[in-house]
Parts: sequence; C-alpha cells; structure tokens
Amino acid sequence: MATLINCPHCGRRTTDEFYIKGDASKVRPMAVGDGTMDQWHDYVHIRDNVRGRIAEYWHHTGGCRQWLVVERDSMTHEVYGVTPAQKWKPAGASKAAPARTAAARKAPAKKAGGKRS
Amino acid sequence: MKYSIFSLARNALTGHQNWQPAWRSPDPKPHYDVIIVGGGGHGLSTAYYLAKVHGITNVAVLEKGYLGSGNIGRNTTIIRSNYLLPGNEPFYEKSLQLWEGLEQDFNFNAMVSQRGVINLYHSDGQRDAYIRRGNAMRIHGVDAEVIDQKSLREMLPFLNFENGRFPIMGGLMQRRGGTVRHDAVAWGYARGADSRGVDIIQHCEVTGIRRDASGKVTGVDTSKGFIGCNKLGLAAAGNSSRVAQMAGLELPIDSHVLQAFVSEGIKPWIDNVVTFGVGHFYISQSDKGGLVFGGDIDGYNSYAQRGNLPMVEHVIECGLAMIPSLSRARVLRAWGGVMDMSMDGSPIIDKTPIDNLYINAGWCYGGFKATPASGWCFAHTIAKDQPHELNSKMRLDRFRTGYVIDETGHGAQANLH
Repeated sequence: MATLINCPHCGRRTTDEFYIKGDASKVRPMAVGDGTMDQWHDYVHIRDNVRGRIAEYWHHTGGCRQWLVVERDSMTHEVYGVTPAQKWKPAGASKAAPARTAAARKAPAKKAGGKRS
Repeated sequence: MKYSIFSLARNALTGHQNWQPAWRSPDPKPHYDVIIVGGGGHGLSTAYYLAKVHGITNVAVLEKGYLGSGNIGRNTTIIRSNYLLPGNEPFYEKSLQLWEGLEQDFNFNAMVSQRGVINLYHSDGQRDAYIRRGNAMRIHGVDAEVIDQKSLREMLPFLNFENGRFPIMGGLMQRRGGTVRHDAVAWGYARGADSRGVDIIQHCEVTGIRRDASGKVTGVDTSKGFIGCNKLGLAAAGNSSRVAQMAGLELPIDSHVLQAFVSEGIKPWIDNVVTFGVGHFYISQSDKGGLVFGGDIDGYNSYAQRGNLPMVEHVIECGLAMIPSLSRARVLRAWGGVMDMSMDGSPIIDKTPIDNLYINAGWCYGGFKATPASGWCFAHTIAKDQPHELNSKMRLDRFRTGYVIDETGHGAQANLH
C-alpha cells in the first residue's frame, strides 16, 4: 500500500489519518420489509473480496473528515485514484436502486422516480 | 517409521544418512473420494482426521505452494480456549484438548508448551468483563482464574504497572494455554496423513471447480490437470473467497493482512503469553529466545503477504506501553499473512448449498489455535455429511438467519473483528 493517500481536499496524507470502512462496490437497498432480505443480506454480509482492483470507503478522520472512495489493488497495493464519496457511482448502481447521493436527497421524487421503473 | 529414542539412536549410529522423507510427493490420481483444497494446518489436519477417525484414506490435499507456506507458518503460535460465547467455547476447548495429546497422537514433536496465557486488564469495567468471560469458560469446564496485581508483579515484574493512562490492575489467566511450534504442526499432520495413504500434492493450484448438470461438484481443474472427487472440502484460508467463487459461492468474508514480528534472541525473560488490554498486542518468547509478538490487522483489504509501516509503529507503541524495556530489543523480522475475516469474527465449518462441496473458512486471525479441532470437525462434517455438535453453530447461513457468533459485538464489519 502506498503510505500516502492523495486526499482531494487535503493533498497527500499518510494512511494512518484515515479510517477504513470497506467495500464501496455495494449499493444500499432502498426497500425494506418483506421480500427484501436477500438484498439486505447481500449488502450487509456478502463481499466479492476481489484480488485485484477494488474500491473502498475511507474516512479522512485525521483531516477534512470527508468520506472518500479509494480505488486500489488488493494484491500490489497500488492506488489508482481517490474520489469524494458524493461523486462515487458503484458499478452495481445502474441495476439496483439509485445511490443516496446529495442530489437524490434534495429531489427524491424526481431522481428516484426516474430511475426506478 | 515411528520416531522414538531407538530410531534416533539407530540413525545417529549410521550418520543420519538413512532417514526417510516424512511424506511422499505423489502425482495426483485421476479420482479421489475426498479432495481438500489447501495444504495448510486446517487442510492437513482435516485429511489426518478423515483417515484416522473416519477411515477415509483415498484423499488428496492440494497445495498451490509448498506445504506450510501460508498462515500455519506465519502466526504467533498461541493456543488457548478463552472464549465467551457458547457457539465458540466448546469448540476451542476441544482444540486445546487435542493439542494436549497431539504429539503422542501423531508421533511428532510439536513442542506444545502450556505456559499460560494472561490477558491484562486496565480498568474496573474491563476487569468485570474478563471475570464474566472467565466464568463463562468455567461453566464449560475450562480453567480460568483472575490474577490480582500483587501476584502479577511477582510473575511479570517488567510490566508497566504504573502506566498513567492504562495502569495494569490484573489479568485473566488460562494456565492451560500456551504456544506450539507451528511448522511442526504442519509437518506432523502431513506425516500422519501421508502414512495413512493420503496424497499430499504440493505446487498444485486449483484453477476451477467442475460441477455437473445437476449442480453437484465432480472435481477440480488444477495446474496438474483435472482431478475428480466425490466430495470437495475448501480450506483455503485467505483465498477462501476466490476458491469458493469458482463454484459460484459468495462468502461473507474479506481478506486482510496481519503482521507478526520477532526480536533478536535474548535470554529467558517472558515465561507466559501476555496480551495487552489496550489496543491489541500479544507477546511470548520462543524457545530460541526471540520475542514473538503481534497486534491488529492493517485494516485494508489485502491479498499481499506483507503489511505496512503505520501498523508496525502502532504494534510497537502498544508493546512499549506495556513493557517499556522492550525498547532495548531489536526487531529481527516482520512478516504478513492473509486472513479470511468473516462478518462476525467467527469461523465457518459447514456444508454448502452446493452438493458435495464443504467449506472451512472465516478464521479471522484465530485460526492457528483451532487447527486440531477445525480439522477434526471438518473431517466429521465431510464424512458424515452433517456438522458435529461442536461446529453446529459455525454455519454458513447464520448471517442470513441472524444467529451470528459475534464475540466482540462489533457487527458486520470484517476489519473490526
């Protein structure tokens, strides 16, 4: 792992300033209640656990306190890029419910309604 | 050949030229009753108990590297059974009991040393939590005792009792816990399995799992060609997710790197295994004199068998807070292993929804102490096609059903366990 992470807000910072939440490839299910257990089980527990290129949520607790997505390689530890979490679109986002982005929260009816069909 | 004082004397007289290899290096047969993927501690002990307890000897253990090149040779060698929860404690106690008779059982010197494991506590609340755990152990018939500070000062005078932030007030001790020479565990199980007819096939990487039209497993593709089997057991530790995905099985596991360290050899100093109750730090002294110690996982997903410097600094800071005189010892080596971290911090030994496929995974970083019972229970699960009572809570579907075994109560985040 590169010891330095290029935070979009703070610049190059050491990894021990960050808290690592984990896998950023999953999309949080929007539905609750009967019949949604499979989605939630998949979201909460199941991991692709890829050897190779992955995306993870990192929180810059020792800096700007913003949530980031770090794309890197789980075998070579090479870091490909760092994206603010608000701008992050998981690969599964198109086939599942839309991510809870800032835009979606501002205009939930329009945004969610358009994509859900 | 049985190892004994006589075999040692006989070979000494002939200049040690006539020792036989401890296991064969056979070519794979076209078909086996059982194939175990992973020639680490758990895979080898599974094969050993399949042959010894269940009489199933037409077994192959496939190892992608050399025997014992994974976590069985990368841990801090600690054995103990000081768990809290009913789903865990009887299992780990079975493991400790198997450790106690292991060397006689497989006729190999694994240097099992029951030197006692002491968990230090630093506050009234932590003491109460440890007493609760000790009582839970005793309810299961396992030894546990609280050591007060006065006794601890006599046993471990070098501890930093007066640490201003984290004073050491006492400890929970399991005297039957201790250490084992980890490489010898792999070698002993390999030799015991091999002598009963198990084929241990090294440098044979599984590249695919074949299933027939009905979905059941029929064999594996490997770097040495296709090998058929009736039953397939996965014991691939940090690579469990990758191997399971070959059969279309998704696991509740993240792979993380855990580092361990050893100092230069020094005179006998630390008699027990001692763990710090703040942060995470554990230390013992090997028979060679090196101080063997470790801490937390690095925290990010990794398949690399090497860690990073921030965790080195963190572990050594914890060590110095507990034993200030550690600063005089020099670190000789550091290494890393890939941990299969499950979503509740407890392992999985179970059948899978796929016919003929069995899984042993999710050992987080507690796999070494579990080696005997893991193999014993996995062998039972494969042979009888159902879990033994001891691993009856370690189900693959417990994450869906909600019956998780979460010792620390951290919830479904692998890097917190």
